[in-house]
Amino acid sequence: MDALAEAFRLIITLDADLYEILWLSIRVSLVALAIAAVIGLPLGTYLAITHFPGRKLCILLLNALMGMPPVVVGLMVYLLLSRSGPLGWMGLLYTPTAMIIAQVVLITPIIAALSNQVIESLHQEYHDTFYSMGVTGRRAVAAYLVDARYALTTCILAGFGRAIAEVGAVIIVGGNIDHLTRVMTTAIALETSKGNLTLALALGAVLLTMSLLVNALVIGVREYAEKRQYA
Amino acid sequence: MKQMLACLTLIFSTYTVADTLIVQSTTSTKNSGLYDYLLPLLKKDTGIQANVVAVGTGQAIKNAMRCDGDVLLVHAKSAEEEFVAQGYGEYRRDLMYNDFVIVGPGSDPAGIASASNAVEALGRIKAAGAKFASRGDDSGTHKKERALWEKASIDPDAGSGQWYLETGSGMGATLNTGVGLTAYVLTDRATWITFANKQDAVILFEGDPALFNQYGIIPVSADKCPKVKQDAARVFTEWLLSATGQAAIAAYEVDGKQLFFPNAN
Repeated sequence: MDALAEAFRLIITLDADLYEILWLSIRVSLVALAIAAVIGLPLGTYLAITHFPGRKLCILLLNALMGMPPVVVGLMVYLLLSRSGPLGWMGLLYTPTAMIIAQVVLITPIIAALSNQVIESLHQEYHDTFYSMGVTGRRAVAAYLVDARYALTTCILAGFGRAIAEVGAVIIVGGNIDHLTRVMTTAIALETSKGNLTLALALGAVLLTMSLLVNALVIGVREYAEKRQYA
Repeated sequence: MKQMLACLTLIFSTYTVADTLIVQSTTSTKNSGLYDYLLPLLKKDTGIQANVVAVGTGQAIKNAMRCDGDVLLVHAKSAEEEFVAQGYGEYRRDLMYNDFVIVGPGSDPAGIASASNAVEALGRIKAAGAKFASRGDDSGTHKKERALWEKASIDPDAGSGQWYLETGSGMGATLNTGVGLTAYVLTDRATWITFANKQDAVILFEGDPALFNQYGIIPVSADKCPKVKQDAARVFTEWLLSATGQAAIAAYEVDGKQLFFPNAN
């Protein structure tokens, strides 16, 4: 109860630090989501509608990657971006960009694997039609994506949920630096380690509220668009 | 691939801060709020924006060895000297100190409050079959604790998972665990004073010179790490070692208590 009151107080008093952290969380996760969707959706679709040797293996791999622990992703991206690593020259470690890269690695497989499922079932239905119309390759991928756009919002929301909630990867590559790379989840981890459990829980409540709003917004837009389409 | 990534860098270039310093440091100095107090003063005096990554001392040293820090500010003297000896650091200087304390349940089942020294206190914990929560993460505090067990001729690993609980986490997380399990914990005083989830735990043993906790500062060497921001690292280090920096460290208080005592040599 104290935590909810504290969460409410933080939100209505427009606590500047809170909004800075919250905004960075949203910014990092949304940019990561956009990139992951641009890669993941066509990839998942392509794997659903084409046939080549090793395709099943690719799908299996994507599904397995969904279970990738964020800490491992964080570690891999850390070693890549470390000044002594292969991409150290870019100077990206301990920046929000590093956090975005880690989250892209983390959620692209989720979006690809889930969209693969969605498109695969659609493909069984549409295959003959598309084939007879000569819609193949890139055009077919685009056609499926447009047609399944409502079902695919769930895939995208799943990706967003994973991105906004994870702490293991962003704390390693971001460093939880105040006013630079501190996001909601790393702030919660920090407050927990300081023993400020009420504040940590309050931040959790704020994060949950924000996630709820994003989901409601996306689903609302989807329902509205669907209704208009079939009206 | 390189072009594509360079392109990505361009897109996100607004995200990267132009000229900042990375300090690899310990959780105790960060969680106590010391940096929140010092860094604005540093920025006003020198114009340097320092960003602190707070991890255990062991991890901080390894991160700095991978060149992911410009300054190292930790508390494990022999490991720090080793770091400099291997050429990763330019030099090492004493910066400040405080001390470790042993905290535990107010009822003090092992009766360590009346122990004459830290080694005896640990011996009583083992003898009483009480629980002890250890960092277990190669941090400065963990190294200190292991050295004390060794002096007490006790091998706590034999009881690992039974009475000796290695959390493998930071000081705060270990204190949370210790408080939750009514275990004894060795902690630095600064983290303890600022820790907000004490419940019925209190400081039970303190004051043994063996619990002295020295912090050192090392600018990372440009010989091993060519990309290190050497000038800024030196300015940062020298500022903390200067009369101004030392006075600022002494002036930092939480609840009217001084947390760190400057002793630059």
